[in-house]
Amino acid sequence: MARAVSTRRRVFMSVLAWSVALLIFFPILWTILTSFKTEGEAIALPPKFLFFDWTLENYAIVQERSDYFTFAMNSVIIAVGSTALAMLFAIPAAWSLAFAPGKRAKDLLMWMLSTKMMPPVGALIPLFLIFRDLSLLDTHLGIVIVAMLINLPIIIWMLYTYFKEIPGEILEAARMDGASIGKELLFVLAPMAIPGIASTVLLNVILAWNEAFWTLALTTKDAAPLTQFIASYSAPEGLFWAKLSAASTMAIAPILILGWFAQKQLVRGLTFGAVK
Amino acid sequence: MATQQTRMLGKIAVAPSVIVLFMWMIVPLVMTIYFSFLRYNLIQPNAACSLMTPGVMFDEASRCIAGFGNYKFFLTDPEFFKAALNSLAIVGSVLLISIVGGTLLALLLDQAIYGQGIVRILIIAPFFVMPTVSALVWKNMFMNPVSGLLAWVQKSLGFAPLDWFAHAPLTAVIIIVAWQWLPFATLIILTSLQSLDEEQKEASQMDGATPWAYFAYIIVPHLLRPVTVVVLIETIFLLNVFAEIYVTGTGGPAGNMPFLVYQYGMIKSNIGGASAGAIIAVILANIVAFFLMRMIGKNLEN
Repeated sequence: MARAVSTRRRVFMSVLAWSVALLIFFPILWTILTSFKTEGEAIALPPKFLFFDWTLENYAIVQERSDYFTFAMNSVIIAVGSTALAMLFAIPAAWSLAFAPGKRAKDLLMWMLSTKMMPPVGALIPLFLIFRDLSLLDTHLGIVIVAMLINLPIIIWMLYTYFKEIPGEILEAARMDGASIGKELLFVLAPMAIPGIASTVLLNVILAWNEAFWTLALTTKDAAPLTQFIASYSAPEGLFWAKLSAASTMAIAPILILGWFAQKQLVRGLTFGAVK
Repeated sequence: MATQQTRMLGKIAVAPSVIVLFMWMIVPLVMTIYFSFLRYNLIQPNAACSLMTPGVMFDEASRCIAGFGNYKFFLTDPEFFKAALNSLAIVGSVLLISIVGGTLLALLLDQAIYGQGIVRILIIAPFFVMPTVSALVWKNMFMNPVSGLLAWVQKSLGFAPLDWFAHAPLTAVIIIVAWQWLPFATLIILTSLQSLDEEQKEASQMDGATPWAYFAYIIVPHLLRPVTVVVLIETIFLLNVFAEIYVTGTGGPAGNMPFLVYQYGMIKSNIGGASAGAIIAVILANIVAFFLMRMIGKNLEN
């Protein structure tokens, strides 16, 4: 039986929680607001919160000047491409670890986790040189492969925790009924695994979209995603706050929306299934 | 029980992932170790060797072998000590902020409040902002000493505005990074709090537990696991903070280990030195990881 909460306490807690939440969210709100201001209003003191001449010109200028869509398209290619590629590797691996585990399955999982402990700088120099020699620098193929590899351990873990929740008895029952392994996978396992796979895809798209070490180090122009697009605003255009804000808003909007859908999955994925 | 056939299939299914991850882990590392013993500069490949004493050895690509020279050079570079300290400061401060703040926030959000769903969405949002965006937005629109919002607040309160990136670059970077990771910690701890058994709550209330006792004996032990996980995950990411330092142009004063290695390799084209630095960074990270894994192992066993 839930204890009734006094209204006064509830109002107090609500006000407190909303204040903190708005404070934390404020930089994003401020960026969005600033993107609709003129440059003059953007740096005006005291700051203008709502009463300014709302304009869309920054969005037009940003697109015209730096070809937002090329960068956005590259972000999509990297996020979707690396996720699809990772799934090809991860789904069989997670299936194996969950349903046909060898003696060392647990060790393998821990080892995969440990590959995330390796700092990316440890691989930066050779990777840069290998990419240079194979002409992979600033190519979609190159950065997609790297984005796939850095998230593969997280993806396998996340899928594994989902697959683990599918009762093995169902598979056995199917087998007893004479289903072949192929049929078992296609008709019994796949329907139950799809929600978990979808969640994993969502999380990986978000991670790959925001990845900002390898994309900054290995892409410059042709394959450069939005992380690089924004970095190009660091100077001297960084001084043009309204345009920086418009560019930023466009770069984060898709992932903010996806992210809000993915909160729960995010917890499971990033904690390697330890917190659900 | 898995049949012979499935077991065989299982091995084949997991093999590709194991192979690519193994290659990803081992090939670059071995190359980095090898480069770290070379006097290898991309801009002046030969000039570097003339500095060497006679009797120098060369590898097949006629790059001269430097022995431990690069390590000596990197370890005695005053920048190294600063970068290692900055790395530690970033990891330590952000962990502290996100765990203490995250626990308090999660406890607050777990109360009966109006619009809990929206509050939750607002709080988690910064985690989805790409690092280059948060770095530039904070640096310019908030921390700019002339027209930044923080400067305006300080002036309004009668203080002199602080030029964050000139006088407190490390603190500035820590604030930016903490803003991104506090929401993560909050979300994890909140998720765990909400999974706390309703019956356990009621039982403790029926037994007349005070709120404080409830917190100390039920909540704290329950939170041990999510907090451990937060420490593990955040440490992995925080040791590798890069974009926030790179795009704010803070460079040296707030540069951490990854940034210093990047500087050595990509800006000074000193491949040998950068590789030695990278190996040192890997060793330091592994020392941290060793203790972490032991701690995690104990906490996650059950």
